[in-house]
Amino acid sequence: MRVKVSRRALLRSTTALAASTAFATRAAAAPPAEPVTQALIAAAQKEGKLAFYTAMDLPVAEKFAKAFEAKYAGIAVRVERSGAERVFQRIGQEMASNIHAVDVVNTADGAHVIVWKRNGWLAPYVPEDVARHFPAQYHDPDGMSALTRVWLSSLGYNTNLVKPEDAPTSFADLLDPKWMGKMVKAHPAYSGTIMTATFQIARELGWGYLEKLAKQKVMQVQSSTDPPKKLALGERAVMADGNDYNLIQLKERGQPVEVVYPSEGTPFVTGPTAVFKSAPNPNAARLFQSWLHAREGQQLLVDFARQHSLHDQVTGKPGAAKLSDIKLMKDDAAGVEAQAEEIKARYAKLFGV
Amino acid sequence: MTLALTAPRRARLDPSWPILIAFAAILIALIVLPMSWLAYFSVTDKTGALTLDNFAKLVTDPTFVDPLITTVILATSSAIICCVVAAPMGWLVARTDMPLRRTIRALVTASFVTPPFLGAIAWELLAAPNSGLLNQLYRGIIGDPGAEPLFNIYTLPGLIFVISCYTFPYVFVLVANALDRIPGDLEDASSILGGRMWVTARRVTIPLALPAVLAGALVAFLQAMTLFGSPAILALPAGFHTMTTKIWSLFQYPPKPELAAAASIPLLVLTVLLLRAEHMILGRRSYAVVGGKQSNPRLVQLGGWKWVALGLAMLVLMNPVFLPYGALLNAAFSRTASQFVSLTNFTLHNIEFVFFELSATKLAFKNTFILGFLSATIGTIIAVVISYLTARRAIAGWRALAFLATAPVAVPGIVLGVGLFLSYTRPPFVLYGTLWILLIAFVTIALPAAYQQLQAAFRTVSVDLEEASRILGATRLQALSHITAPLLRTSVIATWCFIFVGVIRELSAAIILFTSETKVISVLIFDLNESGDLGAIAVLGIIMLVITFAVVVAINRIPGFGGGVRFRS
Repeated sequence: MRVKVSRRALLRSTTALAASTAFATRAAAAPPAEPVTQALIAAAQKEGKLAFYTAMDLPVAEKFAKAFEAKYAGIAVRVERSGAERVFQRIGQEMASNIHAVDVVNTADGAHVIVWKRNGWLAPYVPEDVARHFPAQYHDPDGMSALTRVWLSSLGYNTNLVKPEDAPTSFADLLDPKWMGKMVKAHPAYSGTIMTATFQIARELGWGYLEKLAKQKVMQVQSSTDPPKKLALGERAVMADGNDYNLIQLKERGQPVEVVYPSEGTPFVTGPTAVFKSAPNPNAARLFQSWLHAREGQQLLVDFARQHSLHDQVTGKPGAAKLSDIKLMKDDAAGVEAQAEEIKARYAKLFGV
Repeated sequence: MTLALTAPRRARLDPSWPILIAFAAILIALIVLPMSWLAYFSVTDKTGALTLDNFAKLVTDPTFVDPLITTVILATSSAIICCVVAAPMGWLVARTDMPLRRTIRALVTASFVTPPFLGAIAWELLAAPNSGLLNQLYRGIIGDPGAEPLFNIYTLPGLIFVISCYTFPYVFVLVANALDRIPGDLEDASSILGGRMWVTARRVTIPLALPAVLAGALVAFLQAMTLFGSPAILALPAGFHTMTTKIWSLFQYPPKPELAAAASIPLLVLTVLLLRAEHMILGRRSYAVVGGKQSNPRLVQLGGWKWVALGLAMLVLMNPVFLPYGALLNAAFSRTASQFVSLTNFTLHNIEFVFFELSATKLAFKNTFILGFLSATIGTIIAVVISYLTARRAIAGWRALAFLATAPVAVPGIVLGVGLFLSYTRPPFVLYGTLWILLIAFVTIALPAAYQQLQAAFRTVSVDLEEASRILGATRLQALSHITAPLLRTSVIATWCFIFVGVIRELSAAIILFTSETKVISVLIFDLNESGDLGAIAVLGIIMLVITFAVVVAINRIPGFGGGVRFRS
């Protein structure tokens, strides 16, 4: 099936994003879309390398890197992976010291591109596929970034430890004393996914929910890619937040895990990609940005990385959950940007770290 | 000073003088500059105005007070556990006829050089409450899959245990070396006068060894207090901070370097105080054995108990060596790190991933080797020159040089990291983002141990040979390189190797100072832990251990080398 359905659902569920975020704040004249030319490929191959900073799960990021290297011989992609908030910290520290190491960055916290754009760090670049195949509200009007991937911060459980009929179906279920000491969650000061999810959960359910959750003796890990792995290990029975795509991947590999989309709505996470103005390998960066948003990269995103694409020619994976069937919370990158500090401080107070 | 008198006219032309001055300048750049920036930042606010607010926040804000209390509890408990375990072990190895004493010493060395953060990750694999291999075994044995876990590593006691695993060697080495040196005659005298074994132990051996035990306790306290990797790996899941993880978290966006600087000061002050205390205690010890004449210590005959003793020693060494190494090997070849390797889940995927997919591997190894090689070489050179100058009192300011070379021992790795970050991210010296800043950190961290070791070695080389060469017209440098250096070769090589191994396992300064292009293996492993990629960690960790052991074995091949060098991380 086509992803168009999902895209429509997406449009419905993220009107806030269109209204208030980095994207579409004004109808500026975007730079013209740029096709991949032989000259660009040649220039990129001459540079021969690029640094791809990202928050996506490491094996996923390395898969993209290897696929790109296979298509464009002679360009080595170095993946610099950590949680989005640490990527953000790293880039901030490096830029403040005048170190220009990053070429392309894909984050897991839509607020980051707002800050980078405001700082004047991003280069305008609109790949042809983004202009032609992505809904207009999902790329920056000035061409500074494009929304590469969409995924959810879901709940989940280990099927060896929890029977399906006993599994939680909502955030409220997690507050049941029977889950005391049995849950794992990631941390908003390290993970962009969790920063986004914490913002949306606090907005929809109130901080009171997180206060109660903090009393459930939840195991605290850092990256949102870790809770799914802790479930697969059997270390905890239930995941209170984390990436749904890691769970889907693990399940497909036969691990005893199951995804749960909570009945109150599931936090909706956006991962934009941007090319840095100070990129040491500007041509390779642009070529990668084009490839990542072209059909090949986007199909890999759906088929291997198990996330959602906005590209209108990408086909969904048969049997996969459709965004239109899931109740979603609304994305609000600008809201996250405004509250990030407060969220980190309140969270640290509640959870002790 | 006698050297200067023998060749007064030559001194002006001797090219060694500028070099000597240069070394003093290097030491000042290594230590004085970062510590000054640290002190300056701790008393300023964001705008640069003088303030004491940072310290006020430190003592009133519970998010700072709690980690400080936790750290003190952690360090005290670890120090006590280390003494209780390591002191009897040191005695068994040094003064009894327990079998396999050399093997035990080698295994303690193995725990000594195991990176503590790697040990912490291995203990996650072993003793995570539900997925831990030991807990699974326990549940299997009692036949109750839902039983409460036997061990929970994600707790303060769990963290204390893991830190003790990799800290007790410090106490062991101090105690065993002290007992090696305590002459047997005192004990013989006691038994001739009718003292039985336990009386002799209580009235002679223990009082003589006590200063070493106390000094060991202080060193263990310092280690536990300043460690970063283990708490970062185990305390965060447990929901608490220690001072080092708290300092690290202050670099989260937006970074608060002034608070990080202020939070570093208590660690610095405590370290200085404890080192003063250690100095006083060790001073007393040398006084205590003045009366004895050196003779080979008499080995206590344990009889049948020697097998019990060996069993206990091996049981202790299960914790830092056998169990964690086993867990890492298991995770490297198992599809799921929490499952025992079997025919159905055996995989080479982790090895393939680390070598062929993980794009950071090559760079991290390259950086680590470059840094290890350069730090070891430069650190050894600096240590040789300074030990020479101080052992021979060759220049007027030798006392200051000796002090500067020893001073970094009082600076915890993460504090040095913060200081260097503040010093070298702004003009006139912008070194952040280059390997230089890491090189400076690693050399500084290694210097005190390297200096102490080489200084001791220099004392054994007579000054007459150097003077003879100088009288025959050699410059001081020529004398050093042609006469003294060859005589010191063993110590120099040993020092080089120990710095190299120390660099491989360093994390606490590197975690503050790395950039994406200057990542080292320890930081790569730490990042992989963040995303829960345990299989890849196991593979990288095993490679690290193999390299480390290769270097350690190389050292042990050098004849006459037996002493330990202090490592920090």
